Amino acid sequence: MRHFGAACLLWAALSTAGAQPSTSPAASTALQAQQFTLANGMSLIVKPDRRAPTAVHMLWLRAGSMDEVDGSSGVAHVLEHMLFKGTPTVPVGEFSRRVAALGGRDNAFTSLDYTGYYQQIPAARLADVMALEADRFANNQWSDDEFRKELEVVKEERRMRTEDDPQALMNEALHAAVFVASPYRRPIVGWMSDLESLKPEDARAYYQRWYVPANAAVVVAGDVDVAEVRRLAEKYYGHIPARALPERKPRVEPVQTGLKRLAFKAPAEQAMVALAFKVPTFQSFDGGPDDSEALALTVLSAVLDGYSGARLARALTQGPDRVADSAGADNGLWGRGPQLFMLSGVPAQGKTAEQVEAALRAQVARIALDGVSEAELARVKTQWVASAVYKLDSVFNQARELGTSWVQGLPLDAHERLIERLRAVTAEQVRAVAAKYFGDDQLTVAQLLPQPLSQPGKARAASAGSRH
Amino acid sequence: MFKKISLQAVLIALVTMVCLPAAMAGIAIEHWTQPGGAQVFLVQSHAIPMLDVQLDFDAGSRRDPPGQAGLASVTASLSGMGVRANPVRGEVALDENALGEAWADLGARFGAHASSDRMSFALRSLTYPDLLAKVVQLAARQLAEPAFPAEIWQRERETMIAAIKEADTRPATLAQRAFDQAVYGSHPYGYDTNAASLQRIEVSHMAALYRQLIQPCRAKVMVVGAVTRAQTDALVTQLLARLPGPGDAAASACPALPAVAEVQPLTQASEQHIAFESAQAHVLLGQPGYKRNDPDFFAMLVGNYILGDGGFVSRLTHEVREKRGLSYSVYSYFAPGLHAGAFTIGLQTRPDQADQALQLSREVLARFVADGPTEAELQAAKNNLIGGFALRLDSNRKLLDNVANIAWNNLPLDYLDTWTQRVQSITAADIRAAFQRKLQPDRMVTVVLGGPVSDR
Repeated sequence: MRHFGAACLLWAALSTAGAQPSTSPAASTALQAQQFTLANGMSLIVKPDRRAPTAVHMLWLRAGSMDEVDGSSGVAHVLEHMLFKGTPTVPVGEFSRRVAALGGRDNAFTSLDYTGYYQQIPAARLADVMALEADRFANNQWSDDEFRKELEVVKEERRMRTEDDPQALMNEALHAAVFVASPYRRPIVGWMSDLESLKPEDARAYYQRWYVPANAAVVVAGDVDVAEVRRLAEKYYGHIPARALPERKPRVEPVQTGLKRLAFKAPAEQAMVALAFKVPTFQSFDGGPDDSEALALTVLSAVLDGYSGARLARALTQGPDRVADSAGADNGLWGRGPQLFMLSGVPAQGKTAEQVEAALRAQVARIALDGVSEAELARVKTQWVASAVYKLDSVFNQARELGTSWVQGLPLDAHERLIERLRAVTAEQVRAVAAKYFGDDQLTVAQLLPQPLSQPGKARAASAGSRH
Repeated sequence: MFKKISLQAVLIALVTMVCLPAAMAGIAIEHWTQPGGAQVFLVQSHAIPMLDVQLDFDAGSRRDPPGQAGLASVTASLSGMGVRANPVRGEVALDENALGEAWADLGARFGAHASSDRMSFALRSLTYPDLLAKVVQLAARQLAEPAFPAEIWQRERETMIAAIKEADTRPATLAQRAFDQAVYGSHPYGYDTNAASLQRIEVSHMAALYRQLIQPCRAKVMVVGAVTRAQTDALVTQLLARLPGPGDAAASACPALPAVAEVQPLTQASEQHIAFESAQAHVLLGQPGYKRNDPDFFAMLVGNYILGDGGFVSRLTHEVREKRGLSYSVYSYFAPGLHAGAFTIGLQTRPDQADQALQLSREVLARFVADGPTEAELQAAKNNLIGGFALRLDSNRKLLDNVANIAWNNLPLDYLDTWTQRVQSITAADIRAAFQRKLQPDRMVTVVLGGPVSDR
């Protein structure tokens, strides 16, 4: 669920041009997100947006599947499910029932880097959901029996999202092949055998270890008053006792020193190829060379695949001799762990994965040789700036961006400053990263080799059974 | 050029959001009909310097000719893959790539898609005057003069057929197809887009469909954003200006389109168990539902919230997932449209649990239809639906969806103002009676796909 889509960010665009907003500082702060730290170490981030009388309340943990250990993969996500299973004062099933009674909607998400819980509510109900969320953050408690039942639900979720989807399966195998020491090698949902053997104590231990105030942030966005939210946060979250954060093992990924290839067989009709190049991770705005290169790689991905008719679509999916039905590029850019630049494609009828792989790499090589045009560069930057305005339409997404920035230890205006930095990337920087990062040594290639559905003697197509 | 505009965009976004922090009261929908017959629906929303426009036409897939399933959908898709030259205006043709670049350079998005009932064109743009003028000009051109290039269609058709073959290896696709065919019979709502139907579609069919159905007099145009009524009228006029009129008829009166037959009720239950090797069996249970203009709409809305649509708190989720851990996802929904879209209960589970989950779902449904909700359930549903009403309207995108719903279904302009009262007025007896009128649990379609065929 890590993402940096084409939709990026805003009002940093100002300072590049040397302009300043014509609003008074007081008026500006009324709009911009503000961050506070409670006495117990918990973070609070508030972003007012007064367009409608609604708000979103999120609790973020700087703990995701990357904070698991081998043998209990998937526990971060299973625990996320268990947070809905009660506390001493809120019985099982009651959390969602109470949020619903407030007119709210609730859910949660787990990624490699973080876990998040949210409620979208009428703004007047903020205190009620804060009380509920603070209670389960501090006092989550459930029986072994509830755990066993919910584990079955999670296994069904894995079957649905991964096991019946050959591309998801291949993607899982690819990450397991790309990374050796990094916890990014494990799937967020967990390996099935780890789920089979997961114990209630595993989830409780993860909860005890990572759900501590100094590892959490509350994000509130919407029709709210900053001072009032701060008062409520102190009231509901502020009294939760501070606890020490456990040590985080660095688990640094060793340098890859040669090409890895993966042939992945699964029941499918279409082949697919994915190329994962290890690239720098954007760490901070202080301007290290790796950070600049990470930004240039994001511009490169947009020039390749950032709009309809960009280079990959044009070169691979068009014309009488096209090699692919689809082709894509994506730069991970940032996150708590090591990032990848992905190229992928589905071969056209009669073409091979090898041809698609060669064509994808040829497009990067072309940029390494000839660079990109100023028109392309301007085009992708224009889209980012426009997207920065469009995304103001969603309060939920604003809160989500604030949460992801906090998780990575970036400033609250990280997404805004990102646009500013992307706008400053030059054609030469894009050419330089295309020349530097796309050799064989840091590359892992996965090919999906389609297999017939394996039931012996069965036709490929499903056969209808009895009917009455 | 655009750099300056974008800078201004940011400044104005900051300033206006400071200056106009007023909370939304009622939603004011302005509505008028243009001389050319287009109906315009406007919600002004000035906080962000952006604009959303949606144009809806009665050109959805329900009008696909038999044997050409997918025509509306591919017509919508191809309409964005190149525009014709217009020598009168001195405009050269733009191929798919030139068009894609033009939209990217404007920082705007414009595209079409077809659903069962409608063909919809959606535009999103910033509202700076210089920029917006160019955006509207390009959208008007693409709307009226799509090139429908034959070679592009040949390529898209190949790509689609390959994707369909891939989808046909997935249990969800196969189960849904079997379900749709059993529920809808020969009705277009159940048409299956496949290699054969796509092979029968040529670009001439797309152009003909377009000529007949995409006309100003058939347009419903919804606008939400930072524009005034006068600006809206001018921009809608421009958007539609290049479309052909209705020919000989008076400008604002398009000839009526042929009626589309109704979905027929089922006469008996049917049950298919389809062997398939997958990690999960897919279970679908349902029948034709009801039309959007049905007077029972609100009773069905509230009732289905309780049965299977209320997130973690519905009866189906409680019984199938929370109590027994049988499925990650279990739901019920209605799909009311111009015709009676399907009522569907769906879930996925390990194949050896499929029968248990199916029986359980049937019992939950039968009990709900027989007895209706409890008073406590009804109150909980109203608390959520009424209390959370503002969450349905808290972005331009959501406002646009709501206004389009009002426009398309000819609902009164004060529909949103009376919505909570309508929900409040529903009784448990209303829900029970409405569900009994709409659903016949003993005459439903059952599809279970996955696992071996059992002996039954």
